[in-house]
Amino acid sequence: MSAVTLTVNGKSVSADVEERTLLVYFLREHLRLTGTHIGCDTSQCGACVVHVDGRAVKSCGVFAVQLDGSEVTTIEGLAGEGTLHPVQEAFRDNHGLQCGFCTPGMIMTAVDMIRRKPKLDRDTIRHELEGNICRCTGYHNVVSAIEDASKRMAGDRA
Amino acid sequence: MITYPFAYSRPKSLAEAEAALKSTSDAKLIAGGQTLVATMKQRLASPSLLIDIARLGELRFIRREGDQFVVGAGVRHHDVATSEDLHKGLPALAELAETIGDPAVRHMGTLGGSLANNDPAADYPAGVLALSATITTTKRTIAADDFFQGMFTTALEDDEIIKQVAFPIVEKAAYAKFKNPASRYALAGVFVAKGKSGVRVAVTGAGSSVFRVADMEAALTKNFAPEAVANIAVAADDLNSDIHASAEYRAHLVTVMAKRAVKAALERS
Repeated sequence: MSAVTLTVNGKSVSADVEERTLLVYFLREHLRLTGTHIGCDTSQCGACVVHVDGRAVKSCGVFAVQLDGSEVTTIEGLAGEGTLHPVQEAFRDNHGLQCGFCTPGMIMTAVDMIRRKPKLDRDTIRHELEGNICRCTGYHNVVSAIEDASKRMAGDRA
Repeated sequence: MITYPFAYSRPKSLAEAEAALKSTSDAKLIAGGQTLVATMKQRLASPSLLIDIARLGELRFIRREGDQFVVGAGVRHHDVATSEDLHKGLPALAELAETIGDPAVRHMGTLGGSLANNDPAADYPAGVLALSATITTTKRTIAADDFFQGMFTTALEDDEIIKQVAFPIVEKAAYAKFKNPASRYALAGVFVAKGKSGVRVAVTGAGSSVFRVADMEAALTKNFAPEAVANIAVAADDLNSDIHASAEYRAHLVTVMAKRAVKAALERS
């Protein structure tokens, strides 16, 4: 067992975990933050994307011990209780989801890409989404939602 | 999926990491872990000890030294892809890094990890071989031509750690890659470089390990233009064949990617 301390969604959490505990299991089973999903479990689908120290990371591909001391943001931590992040708003307004299973990862990836590339065109969005798979193949509206969100957030910054 | 159990250590220096590696026979180094963790989850690898070198500052730098760029082994793909210095001085390398995996993979994966693993379809080996880079380890300096020895096989000894890679700045270079749409690994990727070491063409994804194409290098030395390689095909005999692409298709892709790489290199300069 190893002691791990992380800041998750702004709160410090410490636990003794088996070294082989993947971050996604730490979040879902130890912290009961089940918004982060396990899809493929082979690091291809992106349903498990969270932010580690501000960067999008696939939480099924990293052990919690590797991240000791890091700040982790999950879908639950994007916006305050009862409110939505602009990217979440845009997914709702553009119907950027069908079954919704991939959505937490899509949104975390979208927030990361908008932060890195404030001006996004549709081709860039599709390129940036290469690590997120939607089993309903509803990419069109996902791209529209991210495009819409990036414009709204640019407006907020102006 | 759950890996076999293992112990974990995070040494504070490269020297400590080297000592830990020497003292445990089935230890593995981990940096980004973007290949290793997946391999362990499939239970294809079961190291008793993971030695985490991801945070060693001495492995994380990009700097220009005269007519070369020296990149630390612990530098993540995202940081190569977004390095302003590289975009100015050796853009082909930054562009190669931008094509690796997906954004989340690039945020974790490292140069040293990619080279030490030497996946037959990894991108960095093509850049390192075509640019005639040199790999400095805890023991010695190894030329790219001697480093890659076959599928998942390199010149590295069991207790040897890659410290940094020196990439000569070249006159013209570009990388063209035909991606497997699911994994984003190269079905065939060709890196073309023209510099002090002459013209070098390195192919990844098509064979069991990265390789050079002498006929293309000779043709491009005479005439650095896409048409110079248009009629040069590599033999399909030794190329990979799988559900994604036959050996013959990969051979065809190598020629097409070589043309695209030369064109891109010319358009840049």
